Amino acid sequence: MIPAAFDYVRAESAAHAVALLGEHGEEAKLLAGGHSLLPMMKLRLAVPSVLVDVGCLVDLSYVRDAGDHVAIGALTRHRDVEISALLRAEVPLLAHAAAHVGDPQVRHRGTIGGSVAHADPASDLPAVLLALGATLVATGPAGEREIPIGGFFTGFLESSLAADELLTEIRVPKVPGAGWSFQKFNRRAQDWAIVGVAAVHGPGITGVGLVNMGSTPLRAEATEAALRGGASVADAAAVADEGTEPSADLNASEEYRRHLARVLVRRALDEAAGRP
Amino acid sequence: MQVTITVNGVEHVADVEPRTLLVHLIREQVGLTGTNVGCDTSSCGACTVHLDGEAVKSCTVLAVQADRRAVTTIEGLAATDGTLHPMQEAFRQHHGLQCGFCTPGMVMAAVSLFVEVPAPTEREVREGLEGNLCRCTGYHNIVKAVLACASGDPASQPAITPVDVTAGGAR
Repeated sequence: MIPAAFDYVRAESAAHAVALLGEHGEEAKLLAGGHSLLPMMKLRLAVPSVLVDVGCLVDLSYVRDAGDHVAIGALTRHRDVEISALLRAEVPLLAHAAAHVGDPQVRHRGTIGGSVAHADPASDLPAVLLALGATLVATGPAGEREIPIGGFFTGFLESSLAADELLTEIRVPKVPGAGWSFQKFNRRAQDWAIVGVAAVHGPGITGVGLVNMGSTPLRAEATEAALRGGASVADAAAVADEGTEPSADLNASEEYRRHLARVLVRRALDEAAGRP
Repeated sequence: MQVTITVNGVEHVADVEPRTLLVHLIREQVGLTGTNVGCDTSSCGACTVHLDGEAVKSCTVLAVQADRRAVTTIEGLAATDGTLHPMQEAFRQHHGLQCGFCTPGMVMAAVSLFVEVPAPTEREVREGLEGNLCRCTGYHNIVKAVLACASGDPASQPAITPVDVTAGGAR
């Protein structure tokens, strides 16, 4: 299986990538690690006529301490997120979850920015970043703009990034003293989660992100509201699927996914209560 | 377009279509057929090679993405005099294969695992190889071989007890 033919251009800088996107318009797709895009291209689910390769932009691969948050370059690979001492200390939920994306080979290629920009509801990291309340930085012709992650995911594999914008940085608030948990339920090693839950709960932060519970990555808003109102873990978890519209597929019915969400949120909140 | 890729220490210059996959370049243009194409969907890991020393699935890397980088395939592991790499020797000693189709990818993934986790536990071996599928289900001897190699003696006999690593979130 090989992708349909396309033209390939290698971006020399973020600004160059933005210029190339402006030149080629909607026909172009950005290529980072390629581990979401290339499988879709092989199956002809994506047929871009131009690939703009940003994979060589090493200056967009970094994890930096930025005071109250950690700044992560969009081209930082899952493996580098997983082993970052800074993230393990300041945002352990993210480092831990990154170690559960795909398999080692995938984590050597896939990037955090690519995963977020792909906006797949079945991906782990978007739910984690939703729970943490991350801020995304996009670079376009007019410069940079910040996008709160809550407004980023607009539909199935769709985001609020413009066709000529490149996701360049992910800013993740430090969560000192907060409990956290990541629950990924699947039946085969390396597979996507049938349902997943990312939870962070502690002083000043309450976030619960859901994997594969709708057409976009989303938050368990009813659970978050219940927790803020002082509800018990059991009561907060019982409403985890409120407001979600999970789909049915060969792995799970809609009702089974709703059940999993409630069970996994309860496990996540119980585990978070025991950490750090 | 033209790419320059070092494969097993030898520089290769090739003209490729942008959509050419790295595994096809390796098999058809470089002529090294030890790297297998299994599922073609980045699931099975049969096509695992090292890109700048790290395991990747070469069916999900474009040849143009490997331009000016170094690739190691299963053919590049053994010494020039034919002496097997310790991981290959461990697979041979412990019969870490049945039909053999997944073996090149398993060996390359295991060698890459050792770079990241020099003395892996059985659980770390099983999780470290989760990107590689053996359709014969011959995992027992594969894990045994990797653990034997980890001990420094490919012929050693590690005691192994299969552990359930399917509960991804509950380490």
